[in-house]
Amino acid sequence: MSTELGQPRPASAPAGAFPPAGDPYPPVAGPYPAGGADPTAEYPFRRLYRNRGNRIVAGVAAGIAEHLRLPVFAVRIAFVALLAANGLGALLYVAFWAVLPVAPTGRPVRRRPVGQVLAYVALGTGVVLLVFQVKPFGLDATVVGFVALAALGAGIIWHQADPQRRLRFRGAAAPAAAPAPATVAVPSGVAAARVVEAETEGERRWLVLRFIGGGILIIVSIIGLLALMTPFGELDLRATVTGVIFALLALAGVVLVLAPLLWRVFGQLREERIARIREQERAEVAAVVHDQVLHTLALIQRSATDHTSVVRLARGQERTLRNWLYKPTSSPTERFAAALEQVAAEVEDSYAITVETVLVGDAPHDDHVAALVASTREALVNAARHAKVGTVSLYAEVEEDEFKVYVRDRGTGFDLSTVDGDRHGVRGSIIGRMQRHGGVAEVRTAPGEGTEVELTMPRAKVGRGERP
Amino acid sequence: MTTGETAEEAARRLRVFLVDDHAMFRAGVRAELGAFVDVVGEAGTVPAAIAAIVALQPDVVLLDVHMPDGGGRAVLEALRRSQPQVRFLALSVSDAAEDVIGLIRAGARGYVTKTISPEQLADAIRRVADDDAVFSPRLAGFVLDAFAARPDVPVADPELDQLTNREREVLRLLARGYAYKEIAKELFISIKTVETHVSNVLRKLQMSNRYELSRWAADRRLV
Repeated sequence: MSTELGQPRPASAPAGAFPPAGDPYPPVAGPYPAGGADPTAEYPFRRLYRNRGNRIVAGVAAGIAEHLRLPVFAVRIAFVALLAANGLGALLYVAFWAVLPVAPTGRPVRRRPVGQVLAYVALGTGVVLLVFQVKPFGLDATVVGFVALAALGAGIIWHQADPQRRLRFRGAAAPAAAPAPATVAVPSGVAAARVVEAETEGERRWLVLRFIGGGILIIVSIIGLLALMTPFGELDLRATVTGVIFALLALAGVVLVLAPLLWRVFGQLREERIARIREQERAEVAAVVHDQVLHTLALIQRSATDHTSVVRLARGQERTLRNWLYKPTSSPTERFAAALEQVAAEVEDSYAITVETVLVGDAPHDDHVAALVASTREALVNAARHAKVGTVSLYAEVEEDEFKVYVRDRGTGFDLSTVDGDRHGVRGSIIGRMQRHGGVAEVRTAPGEGTEVELTMPRAKVGRGERP
Repeated sequence: MTTGETAEEAARRLRVFLVDDHAMFRAGVRAELGAFVDVVGEAGTVPAAIAAIVALQPDVVLLDVHMPDGGGRAVLEALRRSQPQVRFLALSVSDAAEDVIGLIRAGARGYVTKTISPEQLADAIRRVADDDAVFSPRLAGFVLDAFAARPDVPVADPELDQLTNREREVLRLLARGYAYKEIAKELFISIKTVETHVSNVLRKLQMSNRYELSRWAADRRLV
């Protein structure tokens, strides 16, 4: 794929021309430091975190164990054992879960080890059953079970409402709400965005599932508790159902009252977000215009009498803007075309000439390419110094089996036969270097006829695209 | 390059029309070209340009690529059918391939960058008026790239979708900064033959359905 032809840019209208800032969704990282950036830097003492890297349920036990320097299994056993005290273990766990932040260190979230999970579930069930047998506080173990169930459900929902997670969720969802800025990203950015989107698509589904699951757990346990603790000793199903229906109706009324408000808040949030993205883009354009263009214009005004430096400044600025607007960026150490462009830019800057660069095709960089680029640079410098012209043409073509580079000027030219050892530039730096790398350099010139340097370098026999 | 053209110039002063949304640039070109051609009018917007070109019937229109309301392309599309005798030469600061190719495929006879010297611009105008094509070095490079032999791209119509070796040679020399006269000397052919080759390349560029060309068009929603 030739980069010179221009990658297919995202075609969406207003923002299409702006290059990426690197992070496709910077506002997420902006005002709210997601994940509490690095509190450890601010607090030298250790804080209690959840350790999701070593979790059975949510990493609470692991976090506590790490903090207290205790073995993890001891903490877990303690939680399970506390289940016996009216489900205190579960309640404690949920409380910790709700309160503790996730450890900010970039430890990967591991999958839960199934064996251990089963072991602890079995242990917990055992404890609950035991309590059921013994009834230490005269309470029915079923009550304990329902309390634990309710606690678990509440924990799940509370956990979902965790602001960090909400933020992550919102951050990923917002680009979809603001389509124009989302297409800012160049191809690589777009790919990254897709990955993020795919991830959060799954996460969003999980979110819904967890909400529903948590809700069901709570409802089931509340109904269960009601049924058990009903003061009349027996379950009045109709009364319960009526009560639930009234509760739901009341809830619906509250929602109805609050809905417009909530909707407005959401709308405002979304608008704010879009505005922030716009602002970010505007700032980026302003940065280029301010840091470069205005600066260059100021310099041009100051040196208005010096024709050479005005040309040099204008040309340099033009090149920068062009690159910023049109070119997909690639590193001069990786691609032949990028390396040549860099060399041309250097010569333009150093000698205040214009190098009309035309590149056809591209190839990866290697030692031979480096030699070719260095020879090209030498040829350009020679033309800039000796030809006494304002414009030099540089043409390079990558063919199936060789590179061709032509450097041409319409300048004074010289008599090749009179050039000997002392003109090191041509003999050593161009012809010699090309020969050492298996290439050929040919110089065609005559006094008054201009000069053309033709450089030919065979391409390495390694197949295309096999080099990194 | 400009030697021996005064006689020709005296015989027929070309009537040129300028379309560009930058008044300063129009004034500059007008001043520069005054010595070589008659600048009969100028316009800064697409509708004004269309009306004035129909009324004035210039020989050559110098057309800016980027303007509000659709740019040079809109002008070309409006006038191409009804005014076939008017020739268009695209003049732009943009080096982006899709802009260049887009205008050529819409019917411009050539493309030059705004940094071109007045003499060269006058030369290009004359060439376009004679129904020849004008390629900037960079445009020649684009064309070579677009028509590069790629084994994986099937060629539907060899007549249109491939360049002959000679055409390739001519384009290479153009890309290397050679003038038509120098190309003729280098290849031992007449200037007229060079012009024919370049015109053929222009025709292929306009008519070919090669993937690269249609892709550019698709990217700019120009299909």
